[in-house]
Amino acid sequence: MAEVSLQGVTKTFGNEKALDNVTMTVPDGSFVVLLGPTGAGKTTTLRIVSGLDIPDTGKVMIGGVDMAGLTPAQRDVTMVFQQYSLYPHLTVRQNLEFPLKSPILRTPQNVIDQKIGEVAEILQISHKLDNKATALSGGEMQRVSIGRALVRQPSVYLMDEPLSSLDAKLRADLRVELKNIQANSGATLLYVTHDQIEAMTMATHVGVLDNGKLIQFGTPREIYENPVSVYAASRLGQPRVNILPADLFSDAPFGARDIGLRPEHIIQGEGEDSMVTRVERLGDQTRLHLVYKDHDIITVTDAHTTLSGGDIVKIRPNNPYYFDADGARVA
Amino acid sequence: MSFSVTEPTNGTKWFAGILVVAYAVITIIPLLWIIATGLKSPADSISYPPVVVFEPTLEGYVNLFTDRTRATEDMLEEAGPPQTWYEEIARERGTIISGPSRYGERFLNSVIIGFGSTALCMILGTAAAYAFSRFRVPLKDDLLFFILSTRMMPPIAVAIPIFLMFRNLGLNDTHLGMILLYTAVNLSLSVWLLKGFIDEIPIEYEEAALIDGYTRFQAFYKVVLPQAATGIASTAIFCLIFAWNEYAFAVLLTSGTAQTAPPFIPNIIGVNGKDWPAVAAGATIFLVPVMVFTVLLRKHLLRGITFGAVRK
Repeated sequence: MAEVSLQGVTKTFGNEKALDNVTMTVPDGSFVVLLGPTGAGKTTTLRIVSGLDIPDTGKVMIGGVDMAGLTPAQRDVTMVFQQYSLYPHLTVRQNLEFPLKSPILRTPQNVIDQKIGEVAEILQISHKLDNKATALSGGEMQRVSIGRALVRQPSVYLMDEPLSSLDAKLRADLRVELKNIQANSGATLLYVTHDQIEAMTMATHVGVLDNGKLIQFGTPREIYENPVSVYAASRLGQPRVNILPADLFSDAPFGARDIGLRPEHIIQGEGEDSMVTRVERLGDQTRLHLVYKDHDIITVTDAHTTLSGGDIVKIRPNNPYYFDADGARVA
Repeated sequence: MSFSVTEPTNGTKWFAGILVVAYAVITIIPLLWIIATGLKSPADSISYPPVVVFEPTLEGYVNLFTDRTRATEDMLEEAGPPQTWYEEIARERGTIISGPSRYGERFLNSVIIGFGSTALCMILGTAAAYAFSRFRVPLKDDLLFFILSTRMMPPIAVAIPIFLMFRNLGLNDTHLGMILLYTAVNLSLSVWLLKGFIDEIPIEYEEAALIDGYTRFQAFYKVVLPQAATGIASTAIFCLIFAWNEYAFAVLLTSGTAQTAPPFIPNIIGVNGKDWPAVAAGATIFLVPVMVFTVLLRKHLLRGITFGAVRK
């Protein structure tokens, strides 16, 4: 287990700037989730840490050691690829054994068998061990590919959207399981996703990436409660933060162009009138779609509300975020 | 795995079946004719109209593998009664077996040169194709075109330069010379074919292997090669067939030690000129190795390309 740090890492592919001067420290034993839409540079970050890609400028350190010039094998990392990348000519068991049998590890067979038994149990693939890797469903392939990372004890685990093609129940199970494995083993884990629930539930730290730049790095709470920009604010929270012109409400601070309202920033029953357009009952919560001065607002209300379309609700902002014209937070 | 959305109708199936059978018959008749001729007597083999029903004899095979001399009364007396079935066949024609023919040697030469050049071609071809497929090679496209251009004229067009070159290098009539020559001719084909197959193997497998603790070469060996097996097998068959059947260079460049079977077979002389049953017997036996090789690799040819373990 080790700390991973990136210092001023820049990577371009042709004219595309994939990473732009990213500096970030993944503390030892932490679970760091990189959030961002497609093309933000999340996967490139993983590939640079793993050594599959070499940064144009900047340094990657793992456990305090500069990784420049080291091959992926020498870095002692594992990676779960988004595309599974199971070896198609091998069985599930042989796929799981593959990293353990590498010339670097040369694990004795009894240790291999024991390890594979454990991992297969956790990932619920014990009954598939002797199948060909190609004879699995998408979800099973993804679990085998996670298993191939878990059989080892590397200095850092890298995972690229490992839960993206699992069904909802399995995804929820594995979220808990991955978090347990990481917490119990004290492993350092760098995890890429665009699923904010995964970020909120598993991460000790979240890095928000946009267009190759690291916008914000901190605990999920910090990023949720104290986002540095409109972009960071929109990454977390469901329903999403409402971004409205700041002058819609009174007493906006100087320089603010937009106001960001999360549901908890909207006090209902006080202030000015807005009209309910739709009530979405999700079971544990009920979402309220409102129109206020021609602007749509989505917020959350009591699960057993009696409101319905056409009703009038008074609303008032409470400690909202204010952003300037560039989207940066001003208050 | 199904390739069409709707099941073909019975009429279509029949039509396709008849077409396939007709094609098979047309291609197989010359082969059957050669095999039959190998079992005919010399007289039957050249009779006109050709005989289809005949009394089979192994005379052709005996003549193929032996040298014989016309026997005088004294010689026959000296040799005593025939000891073996093949001596008996020779005696019926009034000849005595004086020793084994050179067919065995020539056949062995074909095996050494054919399989040797195929193996060399696969080693060099796979390495080159992998490099062209995965690495940033300067002037890659030009190099690939240049490699292909070596096949744009019939190889025999450069026969004279090659003949002179071989003479100066002392490669005339050597196994090494023929192996190098056939490898050179086949290499362009194998680089291009194999590059196509290796391009199809997603690079993610190698990346996964690199992260799993393997070096680039180990990843190539453990992950790429097994998946390229289909391509390597089919390319090897193409190379072997060319090297095995090559006639013109073999006539030109080999005469003694390294002569292959193709220039040897048509020149088997019998008692009355060309010994057609022996020629046909030689051709029949000559077919066997390529057939065996193809059947052994059939599994790879038919297996098709694995897919599905990488989500595209």
